[in-house]
Amino acid sequence: MTTIGAVSDSLLYLNGVSVSFDGFRAINDLSLVLAPGEMRAVIGPNGAGKTTMMDIITGKTRPDTGEVIFRADTDLTKLDEPAIAALGIGRKFQKPTVFEVHNVWDNLLLALAGDRRPRFTMWARETGEERDRIDEILATIRLSDLRHTRSGDLSHGQKQWLEIGMLLAQEPQLLLVDEPVAGMTDSETAQTAELLVEINKTRSVVVVEHDMDFVRALGVRVTVLHEGSVLSEGSIDHVSEDPRVVEVYLGR
Amino acid sequence: MSRLSTSICIGLVLVGVGLMAILNLSTAAGAPLHVPTYAISLVGKYLSYAILALAVDLVWGYGGILSLGHAAFFALGGYAMGMYLLREIGPRGVYGNALLPDFMVFLNYKALPWYWNGFNHPAFAMAMAVIVPALVALIFGYFAFRSRVSGVYLSIITQALTYALLLAFFRNDMGFGGNNGMTDFKDIFGLPLQADSTRVGLLVATAIALCLCLLVARYVVTSRFGQVLIAVRDSESRTRFLGYRPESYKLFVFVLSAIMAGIGGALYVPQVGIINPGEFSPANSIEAVIWVAVGGRGTLVGAVLGAVLVNAGKTFFTGAFPEFWLFALGFLFILVTLLLPKGVLGLLQKKTGGRV
Repeated sequence: MTTIGAVSDSLLYLNGVSVSFDGFRAINDLSLVLAPGEMRAVIGPNGAGKTTMMDIITGKTRPDTGEVIFRADTDLTKLDEPAIAALGIGRKFQKPTVFEVHNVWDNLLLALAGDRRPRFTMWARETGEERDRIDEILATIRLSDLRHTRSGDLSHGQKQWLEIGMLLAQEPQLLLVDEPVAGMTDSETAQTAELLVEINKTRSVVVVEHDMDFVRALGVRVTVLHEGSVLSEGSIDHVSEDPRVVEVYLGR
Repeated sequence: MSRLSTSICIGLVLVGVGLMAILNLSTAAGAPLHVPTYAISLVGKYLSYAILALAVDLVWGYGGILSLGHAAFFALGGYAMGMYLLREIGPRGVYGNALLPDFMVFLNYKALPWYWNGFNHPAFAMAMAVIVPALVALIFGYFAFRSRVSGVYLSIITQALTYALLLAFFRNDMGFGGNNGMTDFKDIFGLPLQADSTRVGLLVATAIALCLCLLVARYVVTSRFGQVLIAVRDSESRTRFLGYRPESYKLFVFVLSAIMAGIGGALYVPQVGIINPGEFSPANSIEAVIWVAVGGRGTLVGAVLGAVLVNAGKTFFTGAFPEFWLFALGFLFILVTLLLPKGVLGLLQKKTGGRV
């Protein structure tokens, strides 16, 4: 593996990544470097390759070419989803996917970092340590009062938070969050921004989002994707004044 | 609430079977409360089917694996038992050959095929009744789940599995008795199979095996393993991104379920007195799925209830209106799917306000 300058002190390093589906180039020579502790917002029109980028990082899709390196030494293209999750990369999907028949508490319990093998879970008993950790997460995601609620009965916004809580329970170093505020009310959106900023104090975060006000509220570096590659990168003010971004977003 | 229904189910099975045993053995034929021996074996058959239903519910109700080939594991367990029972006959067969079962003499076998060795020992045969289904499930499941075959595709290949075994066991040169299968058993563990006490003993053994399987299944589905399994059923890819390997969860539960089905089959054969390739027929596996749907998928107790109810119905129908049974079964399945999505147990739970 080559170690170019940027790799050595990066948390996540994508270099020249391309992937095609039936001839359609979903990702085209994409390069992106995320520093440890950084929060990055990724924006772009539909079909820009945002979700495919997440799929590549989490092992769901293998790139045709390019490097995907985590913590400067781990090649993610060689690993599958559970192995990448175990390394410390957590993912929140666009559509909230919690385990609907389980209650809030059990969803968090299943997500807690720990042994994932059947021979362990078959005999596992809930420990005091696990209970404390779940209580802590419940407080962070503001669902303490709903711990015994079947998660399928939660509101849309509460499901999104539960899913963020499940991500936290995994104790990942890097969180990939796909459109966390889609379908949320304004006050829920504001609370979610606060929550992500809070989370970013201890972990790195990549947020894919359409909602510009939300991205502005995060106040972080923004990467604009277009047709599978990076169109522009910088502060929200910088990218929103970039004429290429304006052209893509507003049409020519 | 499911703990209560499990306790009730175990209580009913054990008390019911206990009463039947006492009323069969301690009353004379013709006495007012006498339970005839054919009823003993009939209920024994239902309870063996209930073990199969439990096995199907474990993989389908909790793992989301709709196996349409589970009767294959049941039949494999049954064949292991059948092989033991044939060898137990010894020189008392029609041809009086001490080593070769009758069908082998008839088919001009000169020596016992190697895979028949050991089946004269009951303990070996009983072990094979679970090991063979477990191995078949392990190999099949390993490849199927590793390749992420799921949903309707998995159902289709489980049908193919049982159909392939059906064709194989029909062949005389497989050495399992061809289309006649195995029958005319005489003794089990040295006890005459026709004796009332042996029949009662088999029923009691089946009842105990059923209760143990129910307890094991209940432990599994209520453990953290079971919670992961349910999560896999509802959202497999999500569990993967949480770091779980759904294939190992599915494989484990599939093998456990095959073991249970094998136990059911081994208990079934001495009570019905025959095992033939018809047990591998794809329709049998589908029928087992219907029992579970009727009783209530994903409840365990419902599977037991469904197996007993549908088979009691089958006994009644095939006696009273033999030509209508398949229509009745099909109608029942449609009715349950449309009106009772949670099966008979779901209906009972609703009527009792969710207490059982």
